[in-house]
Parts: sequence; structure tokens; C-alpha cells
Amino acid sequence: MNARILPYVLILPVTLFLCLFFLYPFVLVSKQAFSTGAGFTLDNFREVVSYWKFPISMQNTLLLAAAVVPVQLALALLMATMVNKMQKGRDIVLYIWTIPLGISDLAAGIIWLAIFEQSGFLNSMMNGLGVVDQPVNFLSYQHPGIVFLAIALAEIWRATAIMLVILVAGIGLIPKEYYEAAEVFGASPWKRFTRITLPMLRPSLQTALVLRVILAFEIFAVVAALGGTLFPVLMGETYAYQFDLLDSGAAAAMALIILGISIAFTLVILRVLRVPKGATI
Amino acid sequence: MTLRMKIACAVSGLAVLVGVTGAQADVLFWSTQAKPVEEAQAMREQVLAGAGDEIDYQPNDGGPWLTRLNAELQAGSGAIGVLGALHGDFSAMDPENLVDLDALGVSAASDTFNSLAQLGTDKPQYIPWMQASYIMAANKEALPYLPEGADIDALTYDQLIEWAANVHEGTGSPKFGFPAGPKGLKHRFFQGYLYPSYTNGVVRTFASPEAVTAWEKFAELWEHTNPASTNFSFLQEQLLSGDAWIVFDHTSRLAQAFNERPDDFVAFPAPAGPAGRGFMPVIAGIAIPKTAPDMDAAKDLVKYMLSPETQIATLRATSFFPVVDVDLPDDLPPSVQAAGAAVAKMSGAPDANPGLLPAGLGDKGGDFNRIYVDTFERIILARQPIEAVLDDQKKRLAAIMEETGAPCWAPDAPSDGACPVE
Repeated sequence: MNARILPYVLILPVTLFLCLFFLYPFVLVSKQAFSTGAGFTLDNFREVVSYWKFPISMQNTLLLAAAVVPVQLALALLMATMVNKMQKGRDIVLYIWTIPLGISDLAAGIIWLAIFEQSGFLNSMMNGLGVVDQPVNFLSYQHPGIVFLAIALAEIWRATAIMLVILVAGIGLIPKEYYEAAEVFGASPWKRFTRITLPMLRPSLQTALVLRVILAFEIFAVVAALGGTLFPVLMGETYAYQFDLLDSGAAAAMALIILGISIAFTLVILRVLRVPKGATI
Repeated sequence: MTLRMKIACAVSGLAVLVGVTGAQADVLFWSTQAKPVEEAQAMREQVLAGAGDEIDYQPNDGGPWLTRLNAELQAGSGAIGVLGALHGDFSAMDPENLVDLDALGVSAASDTFNSLAQLGTDKPQYIPWMQASYIMAANKEALPYLPEGADIDALTYDQLIEWAANVHEGTGSPKFGFPAGPKGLKHRFFQGYLYPSYTNGVVRTFASPEAVTAWEKFAELWEHTNPASTNFSFLQEQLLSGDAWIVFDHTSRLAQAFNERPDDFVAFPAPAGPAGRGFMPVIAGIAIPKTAPDMDAAKDLVKYMLSPETQIATLRATSFFPVVDVDLPDDLPPSVQAAGAAVAKMSGAPDANPGLLPAGLGDKGGDFNRIYVDTFERIILARQPIEAVLDDQKKRLAAIMEETGAPCWAPDAPSDGACPVE
């Protein structure tokens, strides 16, 4: 086949698939968001934004992302560097660390619920050690801080691995020569990390952060399992519009708002972590 | 594998699939009721086994239930033969999509139910199928803490608060249980119990001074409520575990406790306030979508469901009570006996003040419920000032009433046009 056409032929099936199952539904959702039956309108957006829970759920979602993503980034970097330094058992450790990746987010939420609930592991442990007389209900409206902490912990446990995998692959691509040269000039391990690993890792960091931040704005199942209605987030409100209120227009509007936030943050990350022209590994 | 083999496999796979579809039951009974596995199984084995046709009983959550139904209605053809759902589910639908059932010759014994089933048209759009209500239940260990002179079958809200406070003090932990979880039916407590009992209304009196008192009283009760109530959705679980001793919930959501340990719990009527003993009957109905593949089989099934024997079998299977006149046998499960007695006492009480299910709200039923749930979350959980919250929520409630034009329902005084929020 003509070498010029071949690439296009090869991506054709994927393109068709994306158009049919992503682009087309996306157009339908946007249409739903901007109409209430007759013509173009912003009513749906006005309705969801003026709802008293909207600012709270927006704040919760952003706070959660702000708390979770940096911790995950630091952890993933640390773990990736450790894995990279390993001579033996590297694969085993990597497999074990990525186990949470294979667990659905709802299941992860339920695992952490089993730890934190009133009759959960944490309470039985504290009870056994004599720290508390009777089980404490951590996940109640009286302790919003603990609910937040539990959700953040569950998210960190569940989704750090996805960054780890990307970063491990990225570190593997950095040529050894840079490190050897740095060692010759007597650079400390920390210096080598900040001056070689981090800058050379930029493209991987970009991918990992974009992926993670988008997922952080879509957080739903973990919050539903641990916080119920105590911790409203944007995605939970979207679900409520669609399935409790049967208001697809408002749900579509919420979905587009989440999309807007995701795109904005993606652009910021792409811009901040851009690889300068001509600088390639 | 050669290409020919692959094609052969695919074709035979398809053939198997088609064969399975072809062998499916005749009438698909698509329901939001009797969802728990045991109840669904009892529906299949004890209730529907006697129907002439093969019935495929498929219970589902409200969301998926409506999604599939709407898909079939939009496509103009479908597999669903008969729908089973709550009044609220049907009132959210366009009556055009349901077959008029006036020629069927079956109806409920209650005229109120029959007129609700017309969904604002002049012909029945669904047939009342079964009914239930919300009651109170208590662990017998809580009975010694009853305030002096209080009759458990004629409690007032003040006595209930005192009782819950006594238990709190006596055991050291709050033991009142309230279904405030995500799937809990808390909104029905406010719409059918708290508001009618204190304000003799639901919509008109939403932000009245009496409503402020009602919320103050509920806040007092909340002091003695297990704070984990925000995770409670089926209070039978907390009754059985001992996390709650005095609870309010739907009869079918308490049934398991009475069936497992009938001697440990008592059921009793909801308390009374200054405006009487507010309570709300719940009604489920069956309907036929206009896309039903076999209209005659579907109509036969509806008739079958309304026969006295089926109604009693349904009662045993789901703890929902018959809507037609039947003689109840003596050997009913403990939950049915306990709940039946409590509901009878509640509706027969001299100060009974029944509140009907919201009607005429169309697809705004969920938004209407959310007004009450939000008010609860803001006043009780977030501790915002009562008057300010009621004034704010009132605007949203008024907007819903105006948009739907729903007239007032009992116990609100009747209205011309949309029910006003005063």
C-alpha cells in the first residue's frame, strides 16, 4: 500500500470508533446542556450554579484535588526512583505497588469504608488497644475533617500507581550518560535528582499530571462510598441531577462544567511543563 | 484459527444468543418494587407462578428502570409488558405513554387511590397495586425509658423527644434512629409526618411560624439521634444491630427486624403534634406502557395482580398491604402483623391527620423532595438559622409549584391553580 496513505488507514478504525462513541455522544450532551426544550438557553447552567450546594461541591472537588495530587506526585516520584535503583525484585515490587490500579474505585472506597466505619477495623483496633471505650463514628457529619482525610487517603492509595507506572517508564528513558557525567563532577544524589531526573522527566510528568488531575475532578465512587451525602462533589451532584431529579439537561450542564475545569487545568499543566523547542531526550 | 472457523464460531454464537432470547418469558414485569433478592424470588415463586402466562419479574433501581423504559418509548417498540412502580414514579411520566386502563374493570377499594392513579387525566393510567406506610418501631429494651404516663400507641412529639432523651441518658449513647442516609426516605418524614403534625400543611405552611417550631422540635430530637443516621437507609439493620432503639421508617424497611426477632421489637404509630397525628400512606401501582408487545397478556397480568389471592401472596412476599378488600389470614409473617396493627392504630387514631403523597408535580417530584432534604441538611446538619433557610428554600418551592401548577393536596387546604407557599 502507498506509504503515504498507510498511517491514515491504520488510524481509521480508532477514529471511527472515537467519532461514534465519544464525539457523537459529546455533541448530544452539549446540545442537551444548552437547551430546555425550545432553542438555545443557559437556563441549565444558571440552575446548577445557583443551587446552594454548587459552591460547596466545587470547593470540595478542588480542595481534594489540591490535597491529593501533590502527595501522589511526590509519592510516585519517590517510588519510581526507588524502583529504578533496585537490582533485584524490581518487577515484583512494581507489580505489588500497582495492585490498587486493578481495583475498581468503588471497591477501593468500600475497602476504606471497612476500615473507618463504626464497626470497622480501625475502631476494633483502637478498642482492642484500649484507646477508646466504645466505637467512634468517624465518618459522620460531626467530623468533616476526618471524612475529607479518609477520602484523600483512599484516593492516594488507589490512584498513585497510575502516576508511578508512567514515571517509571519515563525514568527508564533517561540516558545513563547524564548521571555518569554528573557523578564525575561530584554531584550529590539530590542534585542529580533535581538537575537531571526532574527536567528529563518533564514529558512523563506532563502526561501523569494531566491524567491524574482530570481523574481527580471526576472523583465519584470513593466519595459516594465514604462520604455519602456528607461530602458533595461535582460528579456526585451530576449523578443526583441525572438519576434523582431525572433532569438530564442540568446533568449535562454539570458535565460540561467539569469538562471546562479539566480542560483549563490541562492547558495550565501543558504550558507550565512544556518541553522547550529543540530540547529532546 | 482459519477465517472460516472464526465465521462459523461467530454464527453459532449468534445462534445461541438468538435462541436464548427466543426462549425468554412471555411478559416482562419491569418493576421498581420488591428489589431485595429474597423479595424478588418470592414474587416469582409465590406470587407470579400462578399467573397463566410465563412472567419474567425484573426489579430494578429507579434510574435504570426509567432509562430502559424511556429508551423503549422513544424507539416506539419494546419488550416491557407491565410496569410496577410507586405513585411518584408514574406521576413523573407523561400519561400519554401509559395505556388507559378504564376498560379493565379492576380498581382499588380506596377512591383517593383511584383518583391519584388517573395522574390528572380522566382515566386510570395505572391500577393501585399495593400500599404501605411509615411507622415507628422500638427495641423492647427502650420501653422502660418511656416517660411517665405516656401511651406508646398515642405518643406526642414532646413525649418522643423525652423518651429518646431518657434512653440517651440511661445508656450513654443516642439511640434514636432516622433514615437520613443517601437512600433513606427522610423526605417522607418531613412531608407526611413532621409538617402535617405541626403545621397542618406541607406546601402552604412551608415557612410558617409553626414550621419553625417543627424544625426546632426536630433539632431537639436530633440531639438524641445516633449521629451515624446520615448513613442509615434501612432502619431494620440498626434495630437488629442495636445501634438504634427507637426508629422511624417505611414498613417494608423494618420488616426484616420483626421477621428475624419478632419478640424483641414493637411497632407503634407515629407521634402527634399540635395539628394532629400526621401520617402518609404509600401507594404502588401497575401500568402498561404503550409499547407493550402483547397487550392482552399484559392486561391479564394486571387483573391477576389485583385478585384477592394474589394480593395476599404479594403481602407475604413484600410486606406491602392489599389495596382491595380481602380477609387477611391469621398466619401472616410477624412483620406484617406488627406493621398492620401499627398502621391500623395510626389511621384509626382520633387525631389522625393523613397527608397524601405529593401529586401533580410531574417530573418535578425529585426537585420537590430535594427542597425538604436540603432544608434538613442546612438546618440540622449545617446548623444554619431556621428562618433564613426556610425563607430561602421557600422561593425554590414556590418556583416548583408555579412551574408545575400542582394544586394543593391534603392536609393543605385546596387551592385554585398552583398551590401557593404562604
